[in-house]
Amino acid sequence: MRRERVPIVVVVLAAIGAAFFILPLVGLIVRSPWRDAVTALTAPETVDALKLSLLASLSATAAGLLLGVPLAWIYARVEFPGRDLLRALTTLPMVLPPVVGGIALLLAFGRRGLFGSWLDTTFGITLPFTTVGVVMAETFVAMPFLILTVEAGLRSMDRRYEEAARALGASRWRVFTRVTLPLIGPSLFAGAVLCWARALGEFGATITFAGNFPGVTQTMPLAVYLLLDTNTSFILSLVLLVISLAVLVGLRHRWLGSA
Amino acid sequence: MSLDASIRLTLGPLDLDMELTIEEGEVVALLGPNGAGKTTLLRAVAGLVPFRSGHVRLDGRVLEDTATGQYLPTERRPIGFVFQDYLLFPHLSVLDNVAFGLRSRGTPRREAAEKAGEWLERVGLKPYARAKPAELSGGQRQRVALVRALAPDPRLLLLDEPLAALDVTTRAEVRRDLKRHLASFRGIRLLVTHDPLEAVALADRLIVMEKGHLVQTGTPAEVTERPRSQYVADLVGVNLLQGEADHGIVRLPGGPVVSVAAAESGEVFAVIHPRAVALHRTHPEGSPRNVWQGRASNIELMGNRVRVRIDGEVPLVAEVTPGALKELDLIEGEVVWLSFKSTDVGVYPA
Repeated sequence: MRRERVPIVVVVLAAIGAAFFILPLVGLIVRSPWRDAVTALTAPETVDALKLSLLASLSATAAGLLLGVPLAWIYARVEFPGRDLLRALTTLPMVLPPVVGGIALLLAFGRRGLFGSWLDTTFGITLPFTTVGVVMAETFVAMPFLILTVEAGLRSMDRRYEEAARALGASRWRVFTRVTLPLIGPSLFAGAVLCWARALGEFGATITFAGNFPGVTQTMPLAVYLLLDTNTSFILSLVLLVISLAVLVGLRHRWLGSA
Repeated sequence: MSLDASIRLTLGPLDLDMELTIEEGEVVALLGPNGAGKTTLLRAVAGLVPFRSGHVRLDGRVLEDTATGQYLPTERRPIGFVFQDYLLFPHLSVLDNVAFGLRSRGTPRREAAEKAGEWLERVGLKPYARAKPAELSGGQRQRVALVRALAPDPRLLLLDEPLAALDVTTRAEVRRDLKRHLASFRGIRLLVTHDPLEAVALADRLIVMEKGHLVQTGTPAEVTERPRSQYVADLVGVNLLQGEADHGIVRLPGGPVVSVAAAESGEVFAVIHPRAVALHRTHPEGSPRNVWQGRASNIELMGNRVRVRIDGEVPLVAEVTPGALKELDLIEGEVVWLSFKSTDVGVYPA
């Protein structure tokens, strides 16, 4: 079989395109202070940022699962007027500039915000500039990934398994937990991982809504930004890169659509 | 103990209007062509398809009644359902699949596992208890689906095309097993099939439906001997005519008169076995009263017989030996005479 000739222009432009992605990674790897890696990683502010990032991103993923799975279920299973609009609203943060999300969160849940002032005066609860605020900002930006992935999973599953379970006497809750959830397991897992990765890297909404207080709201991306041009920021960037790469490799079958 | 259902519904092109009464201990097969609404009827009985009007009663207990608005959801009906492609839960082991119904109905875990094990033992699948359904053969899956439905001790067992997912080579064997297992269950058994062989082999009574409506019901022998629709006649392989009987003749729509040896009168069915139809190249001499001319539209070898479809005033199928066909020197499209004796026509009221 003759190989198809690839036009030279395409090859050159594609090479530039690839280099555009690869060079920054090379830079990060080559210029990272490998010798100081251990020192930088064990420095108190790094450890704090790492811990907070893990806590906040895992909490955001948990919140995403708790609230996002029911939303996905409703989108996939219930016909009601305005469903498409509601779906668009709840997945808007995927395309919204995160800083705008942060502003919106402030206006809603800030101390003088729409609901925030009520929370503050009635319960004395303050959300912005707290660790809970970090979790909220991350959930806001990351949950849509979970919603869409789980909805797609629910739509493509064979619903007759649910009928089979009902015919065996299973209550709706039992059908959901013993049949539906296991059958959409791969989608659930992919959605959760995507949500977590997005939460882990969240910057704009977090810094706007929760600020940048070490140990309280300063997550890894915020620390990277604050410590720009220091060994610590390089090392933290590398950590985030490795995690992202792991997620990508772990989910590559889904991304590439192959079995 | 009995099932009494009356169901009217419209679903896409299907307009279903059926009454079902099934007595304790009966095995009933719903037989009909694809799209007749058999599966829909089964699903409606199970509560999986809503219906416009009607009721489902089991042992006198109302499961659903549109007149009173009563509706018992599927999961609370005392039924077992064997789905066409079994729908064994792929993420659960064979044992957990069988135990699922018991667990759903509140049996404690250990007891449910024990009972499920006994059911698997009964169908010879104990060694596969820990296997996933995907590791089983088609016939084994069918047995798991059956005992999964039977394990919670339902009063009514519904089977949707229980053998359709199997290949031809295993079907006969699985059918024998299924008949045995169905016999050991004492409740009402209602199965759906489009395969007359399956229906006759498994059921005490057939309910033939077409386009959502009842066509005929009776024992397999009654239905095959006295078909009441073209569908059943085709399944059984006989010629079916319908007309007005009057003192030894049956007047067919459009004029032709068939001479018969029966004293029936009024609207009747007349059934003629293809083997009773003789073919001739010229107008036959002698006794047969029923002689028509037609054109051989289709000639087909079926086993050691040849089926010749003849179009004409009275379209019929004749069955002759290959030797007889060779003697006739008949090819498709040629004119042929057909004849049959009055005594070979079975007549019964329509």
